[in-house]
Amino acid sequence: MIFGQDHLLGIEPLHPDEIRSLLDLADRYAEQNRSGQRPDPVLAGLTQINMFFENSTRTQASFELAGKRLGADVMNMGVATSSVKKGETLIDTALTLNAMRPDLLVVRHGSSGAVNLLASKVNCAVLNAGDGRHEHPTQALLDALTIRRAKGRLHRLTVAICGDIAHSRVARSNIHLLGKMENRVRLIGPPTLLPPGAVDWGVEVFDDMAEGLAGADVVMMLRLQKERMDGGFIPSEREYFHRFGLDAEKLAKARDDAIVMHPGPMNRGVEIDGTIADDINRSVIQEQVEMGVAVRMAAMDLLARNLKARNTPRRVMV
Amino acid sequence: MALYLGNARLIDPEAGTVTTGGVMLDKGRIVSVGAPPPDVVEQIDCAGACLAPGIVDIGVKVCEPGERHKESFRSAGLAAAAGGVTTMVTRPDTDPAIDTPEILEFVTRRARDAARVNIRHMAALTKGRAGREMVEISFLLDAGAIAFSDCDHVVTDTKVLTRAMTYARSLGALVIGHPQEPGLSLGAAATAGKFASLKGLPHVSPMAERIGLDRDIGLVEMTGVRYHADQITTARALPPLARAKANGLDVTAGVSIHHLTLNEFDVGDYRTFFKVKPPLRSEDDRKAMVEAVADGLIDVISSMHTPQDEESKRLPFDEAASGAVALETLLPAALRLFHSGELTLPQLFRALSLNPARRLGLDAGRLAPGAPADLVVFDPDAPFVLDRFALRSKSKNTPFDGARMQGKVRMTLVAGEIVHGMTADA
Repeated sequence: MIFGQDHLLGIEPLHPDEIRSLLDLADRYAEQNRSGQRPDPVLAGLTQINMFFENSTRTQASFELAGKRLGADVMNMGVATSSVKKGETLIDTALTLNAMRPDLLVVRHGSSGAVNLLASKVNCAVLNAGDGRHEHPTQALLDALTIRRAKGRLHRLTVAICGDIAHSRVARSNIHLLGKMENRVRLIGPPTLLPPGAVDWGVEVFDDMAEGLAGADVVMMLRLQKERMDGGFIPSEREYFHRFGLDAEKLAKARDDAIVMHPGPMNRGVEIDGTIADDINRSVIQEQVEMGVAVRMAAMDLLARNLKARNTPRRVMV
Repeated sequence: MALYLGNARLIDPEAGTVTTGGVMLDKGRIVSVGAPPPDVVEQIDCAGACLAPGIVDIGVKVCEPGERHKESFRSAGLAAAAGGVTTMVTRPDTDPAIDTPEILEFVTRRARDAARVNIRHMAALTKGRAGREMVEISFLLDAGAIAFSDCDHVVTDTKVLTRAMTYARSLGALVIGHPQEPGLSLGAAATAGKFASLKGLPHVSPMAERIGLDRDIGLVEMTGVRYHADQITTARALPPLARAKANGLDVTAGVSIHHLTLNEFDVGDYRTFFKVKPPLRSEDDRKAMVEAVADGLIDVISSMHTPQDEESKRLPFDEAASGAVALETLLPAALRLFHSGELTLPQLFRALSLNPARRLGLDAGRLAPGAPADLVVFDPDAPFVLDRFALRSKSKNTPFDGARMQGKVRMTLVAGEIVHGMTADA
């Protein structure tokens, strides 16, 4: 088992072996969760604080459940109830929380790099639950675990990531992870939603779904983040669905055994046709949610081990 | 009191030469260059250090009035003297903006009382830098305004800018623009490209600078105003600049020291001290800027000294304030370009001293008999590691904290008076 990180801030700093270790452990937790077995309470006595500066029901619930399954004391700090609204800076909030001596801090923030900044000011292990357009590492890890379980491997696959790449931290983390594990990554989307410089990321870029999906093993749809559209990036939702929404006709271009993924929450009829999302032979969307809990259990377990190792004074031989 | 500075490497940016010798000073001016000293005068042995005309820095922000906790005329004056800057030209982007003769008189008085280096002031081009009504250009000129600029607030209403330029032209006033298309750059914290996209930072295409410059040059052609672009930082903006000059328009351009010595990757792990405006560019752009300074297409290097307190920098990158202090690091950073062989010392001081002085109609920037004795003596090779808390500026937001640098100012003279240093390890 190799995992040398003090925090989980992104996929970019991880070594492929660290990713494998984490996925192996998550796989075991997934089996335990499925069989109804109680895992060992490895986080018993530890305090986990979930601090979400951006609202998220699903991710927060997943982290909370993961912590509770492993026996941690979990506290949720919503942005609405925090002093951030009263003008406190991020660093002051971090120092205040740090003084409460948490062991695990799960943070989501709207600004890229905000979680890195926070991690530099606290003594506990920090997990990035999404920062701006930068990274969302646990999402990429749960996607990877889902792919590995469905496809039997996590290398030499052709993965098409489709939709609003420009505003997506999920896409960035997945590009890092899939690249590190030696997969072929394709980005498909209207040019206004593809970030400048994407062609230099070691990926193939398409603005035509049929072309980009040809021969794909995995089709990863992204949510069209309406709340981030502060100008007209696309003419209309219906034109978007016509050109980039995943329907049976477009999916037929991919391999016959291609799986369909979506990080949720879905906009049915905008980026994905409802019947495809519900097709149990193709869609692994529910499995992704399930793997989310397992991956977060594994991540917190590994970070807590490193935390303990760091805080245990070396025994003096007499 | 006559003074002879001997045994120096004399950097003459006008002649483009480096010679060995000394200069004779009297009554605040240079009396002779190169001639051996008469026996009677006071002498200082420069011990082989370089001697050059003091730096004329266009675009220094001193945070008076409004934010004196960030920088005062006193602290900025000390920083300038320590950095070899003998003339600071201050920016009007204070709070309130320097947009009336009364405020200009206030800062002029503060500057005179608090600092020993020369300080000249720019005034805003429009009231409150709001881009709607032009300031009292004539009164402000009478009160001593040396140029007019709304700084990073681009005047978006082209009609307003046209009228202000037309009015300024009739008075011979210099207008300093910030070439940028604000619609594209709104909210941007980085330059568009692989790095900004991977880091998830809001970004602006380098094209925004060219579009802004194209518009301004069009208006210069239309109005005939004297125009200086405060910062040209991208290769794409160079051809229109070259064309404007070739067409005989009265256009000059500057670049900040940070865009000559740093690139977008220096931001690294969201280090906010590297957040400047415009954002740091690609390495290709940086190289193109250095080349443009070498061949004279870009006329002026400036510090774009922008003090920010710790609080405004200790924030997530896209929320953090822009700007960096640079009065004291301008010369050692510029010397990086000398040590790397990209620029010669006369080329450097042409852009640091001679050209800015000429553009502003100041007598300074020359190493010639009759010129003011505003001089800097420095050892270009002396190494040091920069400690930001040792800076004299009240604000410590330098991107060079912990950087290994070469080049120490040994002595700075303003009007023949020593305002900084003198001893060997100053």
